[in-house]
Amino acid sequence: MTIKPPVEDFATDWDHTDPQWVSNPYPIWEDLRERCPVAHTERFGGGWFPATHEGVTTVAKDTVNFTSRTILVGNGRPGEEALPAPIGVAPPITSDPPFHAIARRIMLPALAPGPVNALEPQVRALCQRLLDEMGDHEIVNAGLEYSQYIPPAVIKQLLGFPPGDEELFREIIHIIMEGVDHTEEERIEEFAPVEEYFVKQIEDHRENPRDDFTNYLLNVEVEGHKLADEHIFGTMVLTLVAGIDTTWSAIGASLFHLATHPEDLERLVNEPELMPVAIEEFLRYYAPVTMARLVKHDMEYLGCPMKEDDWLLLGFPAANRDPSVFPDADKFIIDRAENRHVAFGLGIHRCAGSNLARMELRVAIEEFIKRYPRFELADAGAVTWAPGQVRGPRNLPVRILA
Amino acid sequence: MKVSIDAEICQGQGRCFSIAPDIFSFDDLGNGVVIGDGTLTKQNLDSARLAQSNCPEHAIFIEEA
Repeated sequence: MTIKPPVEDFATDWDHTDPQWVSNPYPIWEDLRERCPVAHTERFGGGWFPATHEGVTTVAKDTVNFTSRTILVGNGRPGEEALPAPIGVAPPITSDPPFHAIARRIMLPALAPGPVNALEPQVRALCQRLLDEMGDHEIVNAGLEYSQYIPPAVIKQLLGFPPGDEELFREIIHIIMEGVDHTEEERIEEFAPVEEYFVKQIEDHRENPRDDFTNYLLNVEVEGHKLADEHIFGTMVLTLVAGIDTTWSAIGASLFHLATHPEDLERLVNEPELMPVAIEEFLRYYAPVTMARLVKHDMEYLGCPMKEDDWLLLGFPAANRDPSVFPDADKFIIDRAENRHVAFGLGIHRCAGSNLARMELRVAIEEFIKRYPRFELADAGAVTWAPGQVRGPRNLPVRILA
Repeated sequence: MKVSIDAEICQGQGRCFSIAPDIFSFDDLGNGVVIGDGTLTKQNLDSARLAQSNCPEHAIFIEEA
């Protein structure tokens, strides 16, 4: 890992791992929207960052000029040998049309509202158990003791993995998500235990079949053929990675908001019917996920001279703060009625787990504020935000008020 | 007045059927579908419009009589 110089101008040298961007990206994006609105960088081998809603949505829907074969900005580009084309390493998120539609169709029924709603009682029981364990201490950690435990338990259940691996799960997520600045060699080495763990789980499901998403993937047939092993492995890795720190970040950010905005907390406690609109505003305002594409070929696009294999950082959180689409975009309005946010992306790559994420977020907030109707940040300086393409608070100590 | 969802545009964002469950439902992939023939009354026109103005994909169309 190399030490990089701090960014002086994000318009010509953006870096989403720069401490300024990690701690508070919103003023940076506002400035870029006014000045650029597409920023450039030579870092990571070259890339672009549209800061407007229009720029982000245009790229998100364009699968002709951009490829999803990798969606995490890093120092290397995947070589041809790393791509079991046309599947991509983690279908369907890394797949392009036409294969994408097949891979997505396989995945969606398991994550549609029906099966997701059936999981709600278990998620609620999990949240209640975590809150019981947190108890009546004056200070509890809404991040490390609560938010971070919810999605791994849900995903583990979905995939049918053995109990007790939550810590290992978080390590895996950390390796994948927060190591973007490492070299390709480091990345390959770091990824070895992840691969080993998954291969073991797949073998176990082959030997001891059960009713879960892993066995569904092992059995499902497309035009009479079972899925390739790489496809099964990739979709499982995707489910794990995309289903954990994303939702954990959303839950944490929402609790961070309530800990810093007593008037919103009070309204939500007193007017529980606000919850559905409040959830959408949490998702808009604190959208955790930024995606990426690679430019397919040299072209002039959004007024920029893009080159083949340049990165395109797809900032859904930035789009959600664009004042040309959202009146008072930088204001959190808990009962915002019209809210066309793009926290889950849009177009063919809309987050496949959005129904699950929303349910987890809603239940986690409902249970937390039921147990602790009044709380505030215990130590604003102690709150840390995860760097990289998934942004949310990790350490979140809050003081429970009487 | 009638409401419809363009299935080519809908990506299953799930906003319509949570905002207006009396007008919209979902299929087994989680994509939005209109319940019945989509005829709107004076009573539910507003909630159809609200769902429309929350669809990130702009997939909902209301045909005013």
